[in-house]
Order: sequence, then structure tokens, then C-alpha cells
Amino acid sequence: MKDPKKPYTLTAHQISNLIREKKISISALLDSLLKRIDDVDKRVKGFVSVDKKSLKERAKDLESEPKSVGKLYGIPVTIKDNICVEGEPTTCGSKILAGFRPPYNATVVERLRGEGALLLGKANMDEFAFGSSCETSCYGPTHNPWDLDRIPGGSSGGSAATVAADETICALGSDTGGSIRQPAALCGVVGFKPTYGRVSRYGLIAFASSLDQIGPLTKDVRDSALLLNVIAGFDPKDSTSAEIDVPDYTTFLSKDLKGLRIGIPKEYFVKGVDKEVNEAVWKSIKKMKNLGATYEEISLPHTKYAVATYYIVAPAEASSNLERFDGVQYGYRSPEKDKTDSTPPLLRMYNSTRRDGFGAEAKRRIILGTYSLSSGYYDAYYLKAQKVRTRIKEDFDRVFKDYDCIVTPTSPTPAFKLGERLDDPLNMYLSDIFTISANLAGIPAISIPCGFTSKGLPIGLQIIGKPFEEATLLRAAYAYEQSTEWHLMKPEIKRG
Amino acid sequence: MGIIKKKDVLYVASLARIKLADGQIEGFTGQLDSILDYIKQLDEVDTESVQPTSHVLPMVNVFRKDDVKPSLPQEKVLENAPGKEGYFFKVPKVIDGAEK
Repeated sequence: MKDPKKPYTLTAHQISNLIREKKISISALLDSLLKRIDDVDKRVKGFVSVDKKSLKERAKDLESEPKSVGKLYGIPVTIKDNICVEGEPTTCGSKILAGFRPPYNATVVERLRGEGALLLGKANMDEFAFGSSCETSCYGPTHNPWDLDRIPGGSSGGSAATVAADETICALGSDTGGSIRQPAALCGVVGFKPTYGRVSRYGLIAFASSLDQIGPLTKDVRDSALLLNVIAGFDPKDSTSAEIDVPDYTTFLSKDLKGLRIGIPKEYFVKGVDKEVNEAVWKSIKKMKNLGATYEEISLPHTKYAVATYYIVAPAEASSNLERFDGVQYGYRSPEKDKTDSTPPLLRMYNSTRRDGFGAEAKRRIILGTYSLSSGYYDAYYLKAQKVRTRIKEDFDRVFKDYDCIVTPTSPTPAFKLGERLDDPLNMYLSDIFTISANLAGIPAISIPCGFTSKGLPIGLQIIGKPFEEATLLRAAYAYEQSTEWHLMKPEIKRG
Repeated sequence: MGIIKKKDVLYVASLARIKLADGQIEGFTGQLDSILDYIKQLDEVDTESVQPTSHVLPMVNVFRKDDVKPSLPQEKVLENAPGKEGYFFKVPKVIDGAEK
């Protein structure tokens, strides 16, 4: 495992030890990763930009100031392309942000840099995070390292795939309806969506502001705790970030689960869930019982309404957030000068910029969101969905009076084939059926590897917890992980 | 089905300042219709006397001290603009509707 000849295969905590013991230099680590990216990213296509020259300079800078050793000193991190890094391309996988270089850093970027992390590059994603397959990016799809003919999941597909393919040590993603957890599950890595408000969203290009949350994608649970230690906490620049103390999450990682009360919601073990997924999840639940936990069947009766609720709330917020992309302040502007069009010139510029700049799924969601917010439909759709959202949240509040966490499959199926659901948006939306509720309720949830299908595709286990009790989830996830070897498996990066 | 029609899609797209390509309108109408049909199941849920959730955190107003802090310099803000002149964003002519 700790083979310094292949440092790109290591975790952040292993690398921290090697750097501390002076067994590896940051430059040597970086070189091994850049070589790895050269070798495999032609096939995986997880990165949209990697600036080798400035990375090498940054590595040298870090080596020359060992006094300022931070918690992530020398650790390479991939950043999802919707998180602003000053002066570096940040495009949300959209043509409409072509050429955009943010004038400031996201708070999470400031925090990572402040602790000595090396920002490796920007990861591919569904356009504006609209998707569950990483196929709606203007750069084309990312491929699943376990089977290159399959999707990596989305929208943080580039973040998950680069971690799974050992092209990075760890990554940040964002999760609005499952966009960290679903790709983590389908790529066989750990993906953690913290409580809404736990991590600052300042500098995260907004999709649905009441649902979006930044979180880590890592090779194991300990790395997830390490990254959360750095990115979590109050930020005056994000008025929805919570003023609640952040514990040292690594202190909760223990190997037994004595006293942990798990709820198993019957609505997540229904027809339509892949047989092998169902079996792997039940095996994991029994394993958690052997580690000292107790479990009981529970009910979250409004689960079946989560997807419908989400596809009103999220597009409504998105249609409002994406108004800013109109060819004026940044990004793409359509050069169209159609003299036969009698629309006034400014309006014509808006109309054609947004026609040419947004892809099909972005347009669908903007139109759906505008529709549900428009006069005459607001009460029937938007207000109704907000009320059902309350019902969904109440389901969790009730269950968490008696249980510490809830265990479910992360995704009803393993990774599907590229192109399979692209022309069937509703079917695509249903792939997030088990992850969306946690966003609607604002609660934390983690996905960890829990097995493989007979075709060798990873399966993810989701653990959902109480607001701001990330530590409980990390404890449960770590104890389970350490009793298995799923997280140590590596893909061959070939076609299935 | 038949919840949303072609003319509704065109109207909403115009509100959203998106000029749809002709080939896209038909497909969008069908897809949006099946999505809205799926969403109709929310009508089954009894939401009588339920408060809507717009936000999960128990916060109403967030105040900060009215301190002056540095803001981004104008040059930097304008760096990404597709059209600019001096310290302004430049857009196609707004008045009269006539072009040069």
C-alpha cells in the first residue's frame, strides 16, 4: 500500500506522513500525478484544465516555506469546475462561461490554500451541475474508470473519476441533489455532502441556493474527515453559513459501532432497485450490526415525492440564479446580427447568447423553473412543492428522535452506459431518487464503497444523519470501511 | 399529458430570454410535458395547514456590522466583460431600437 514508487495511489493522510518523514517531496509527488494524468486522462477525461507550469512553481514555493506547514501541506486536490479559483478558468462545464477567469477565490479555495494544499486542476461536470451522468458538459463526457463505456455519475463526475483513477489524491465537489454522493457511489470512492450551512458556498457558482453544498470526494473516510476539518465552518461572506463550532472530525474515527441506532427506511428497498445493489447494502447493514450497531425498519412515507418536489424547487432556483448569464458581465456573447429579426438589439443579444451559450439540459431546467414561478402557476407548482418539502423534512425529524442515522443504497443502480438516458430526462432524474431527500431536508449524508456487481461495477452505501452531526456519519462510515477492503480496490481503466 | 403546449414553451422561453432553435421546440414540449405529468403526483400529498420550506436553517435575517471593507477594483471586475468601454459594460443599443 504505502509504495512511495507510486505515490499517486496514496491517500492524503498517507502522503502527509511521508512528507513529514521526508520520504517524498511535494515536487516528486506532483510529477507522479502529472505523469499519471498524462497516462490515463485521455481515456477518463476527468479534467477540464490542469496548469502544469504554475503547479510546479507552487510545489517549489511550498517546499521553500516548510515553516508554514498546514493541515493539507502538499496535498493535491482537484476542484470541481463550478468553484471559483482566482485567475483560473472556471466554466461550470458551459460554453456560456467560456474564457471566464474569476476575480476572486471561493472561501473553500482560500481555506485549502491556507493549509498548504496544491490545487491540481479543474474537474469536469454536468453543465451548471444539471445532470446525473457528467454527459451535459460542453467539453463532452467523463468516463467511468471501472468501465470506460459507462457514465461516472454526476454532476461531480470529473471529481469522482479523477479520485477513482488515482489522477488526484482527493477532490472537492458540490451536491444539490446527489451530485457528490451518486458519482462517488458509481466510481467506488467516498463522497460526503455536509449539512446545509456547514461549508461556505461563497464562490460556488450557484445552482439551487437552498440546496447546494460543497463537500469532499476521497479515497477513504479518514481523508474525508481531514478535508472537512479544513473547509467546514462559519464564513461571514456566506449569510447562510452556520455559526456552529467545527469539531476535529478525525477524533471520531473508531472501529466499533456500539450503541449506534440505525434506521432502515423501507421506501428505499423497493422494486426498481438493482438486485446486486440491494444485496450488497443488506450485507453492509449486517456487518454494521456485527460491529455493535442495532438496526430496525423505519418509514419515510414522503420519499416517493422527493424527485417531483426537487424538480420544481431546484429548477425554479436555477432559473433565477442563471439570469446573470446574459452576455454582459462575463463569458460568452453571441455575435449574431440577424437583420430580419425585429427584436430590439439588446434583447436580441440576450436571446441569442442564451440560445447558443446554454446546452439542452440547462435550457430545459431554466424553462421548467421559469414556468413553475410564472404568474398563474406559482401556487400550483412552486408553493405546493415547498409544502411537500416540509413534509419530507418532518419525516426525517421524526425518525431522528429514535435513531442516530439512516442507511440506504446511494443509487438504485450501478453506473449505466453513456448515452443511455440522455434523451430521457425523467429517467435520468430518477437516478437521484435516494439522494435528493437529504438536500431537501438540508441534512448530511455520505456515500462509501460497499461492494461490486458481477460486472465489476462499484456499489455505494449511503448513511444519512442529523443536522450538523457529521461526526456520527464519519464514525459509522469509518468503522464499516475499516472492516472491509472495498475502498482499496483499484480500477484497470479499460472498457467493460 | 397535454399540460404544457408548444405555445406555452415558446412563451416561457421568451420570458427566460432564450430563443429556442426551431428543431428543439417540439422535443422540449414533449419532455417538459412528461416531467410536469410526473410532478402532478404532488397533488396527492395533504399540505393543508403546512408551512412551506424555502430554507432549512432556522434563520430569518442575517445582519452584519456596517463596516466598509475593500471591494474588487473596477478594472478587475471588467476584465471578463465581452464588451466594455472605459469603466462601463458595453451592450447593444437600448434606445430607439435602431442599430448603427
